[in-house]
Amino acid sequence: MSDSYGIPVSIKTKRIDELIVQDKRLDGRGLLDYREIKVETGLIGKANGSALVSLGNTKVLVGIKIETGTPFPDTPEDGVLTVNAELVPMASPSFEAGPPREEGIELARVVDRGIRESKAIDTKKLCIVPGKLVFITFVDIYVLDFDGNLFDASALASMLALTTAKMKEFSLEDGELSYKDSLISLPLQNHVFEVTMAKIGDKLVVDPSLEEESAINAQITIAVDDAGNICATQKSKTGSFMPQEIIEAVKIAKNKVIELREKVLGGLTP
Amino acid sequence: MLSKKKSEKLISDEGLRVDGRKLDELRPIKIEVGTLEKADGSAYIEWGRNKIMAAVYGPREVHPRHLALPDRTLFRCRYHMAPFSTEERKNPAPSRREIELSKVIREAVEPSVFTELFPRTGIDVFIEVLQSDGGTRCAGITVASVALADAGIPLRDLVVACAAGKIDDQVVLDLNDIEDQKGQADLPVAISPRTGEVTLLQMDGNMSSEEYEKALYLALEGCKQVHAMQREALKKKYATEQEVAGEAAVGEAETSEGEVSEAENQHESEGEATNE
Repeated sequence: MSDSYGIPVSIKTKRIDELIVQDKRLDGRGLLDYREIKVETGLIGKANGSALVSLGNTKVLVGIKIETGTPFPDTPEDGVLTVNAELVPMASPSFEAGPPREEGIELARVVDRGIRESKAIDTKKLCIVPGKLVFITFVDIYVLDFDGNLFDASALASMLALTTAKMKEFSLEDGELSYKDSLISLPLQNHVFEVTMAKIGDKLVVDPSLEEESAINAQITIAVDDAGNICATQKSKTGSFMPQEIIEAVKIAKNKVIELREKVLGGLTP
Repeated sequence: MLSKKKSEKLISDEGLRVDGRKLDELRPIKIEVGTLEKADGSAYIEWGRNKIMAAVYGPREVHPRHLALPDRTLFRCRYHMAPFSTEERKNPAPSRREIELSKVIREAVEPSVFTELFPRTGIDVFIEVLQSDGGTRCAGITVASVALADAGIPLRDLVVACAAGKIDDQVVLDLNDIEDQKGQADLPVAISPRTGEVTLLQMDGNMSSEEYEKALYLALEGCKQVHAMQREALKKKYATEQEVAGEAAVGEAETSEGEVSEAENQHESEGEATNE
């Protein structure tokens, strides 16, 4: 990502490198601190579920739509999960309108992997007629303001939107799908959170801001579920990690996820 | 992407896998160098039942021109699967998976290239999966790096990749297609062997942090084995050229660029059906 604030990246990079030696960051955070996290759910009435997450100045809105469709031939008894991400041009001078490019596709796929591999959604319960009719859960990630770390903000907003999503209670009579007036929650059986760390110098910092992202070249995202198991990993950017740094990142991610879960799921009833 | 399910047994009571391998055993791997005539560099790999061709063009003029970078070469990668490479026909249009893999492969390989030596130019790497059987991104990275060396592009290192994963609750090396789909986790890793730096790391599935660590180090072991095969393949090709040119004439094998051995070329094009 290019810096769009007019200050040459090289100057900031130098400052970031100088600070890291003293375990400090440009915005005064500790190495393992998240920026302030604010969440709001249910603000899009037309969606089955929605969540707006602010991670510092990064803002991501996720909407959930649940519709019927046909299952994949190899998983006839499972509902379908589809994750898409839009990096809308209003979010950053570096985003352009048009079909998703590789950044957006990578973002959607990394969030998808976390949700899918943690089996957060009990997809069996979203099957209506095996092989014919299932519910498709669309998770649409809408990046509104880009100030770094889209992975964590998007994964968090997706999880919150899924947790609070409601759908009409349904039943199957004589092969006909019918809906009742009562609402039910999505069948969730796990939660997953993603923690992104950047390598600055020889240190790992949690939740890199855009300034930091522009300065560094190695980043790793780790998805952890309720049991503390690792469900997905993605190294991004052209930099590299030593194996022991990866092990260290896994440890940090596991701890941060406990914190994240308490912070954001505490007030919500799934 | 399929969700990981555990149904039938993937490891027998004797501790062998569906294709008869031990838990920490790689599939058979064969690498050939300089398999294409027109490309500046090329290589072909058979990794188990995977058959993958890589070609390198460049450094050359960049199209469209405005993409050219003032301080380094524009390094591009395209990972693509042939429509006939999979069980069911794959739509030839690039899928979201292929776009993501192209990105992570580029990010894995680019650090090995001295991009700063060729400002305003472009280097294009094309990876075509002709037949896939699990682990194509690792095989693709491995063969692409050999093709870059064949193109005579200055490299810091040969990037090499290998995956480890979890099937039937056991950590194993180099998952094939069945193991990837029915297993519990897949962890592809690429390294720069000279420094041991990890340049690609992805994972999907479900592993405890202990299993994760074990799988990571197992994948690194696999990388080292594959790296030896990359070196052998390059030596084989350039040693042959040395003999052809007369041992005294060519000093450094690595610097002899261009002429592709006629014999090897034919051998390759007959071996694989690359319907174009």
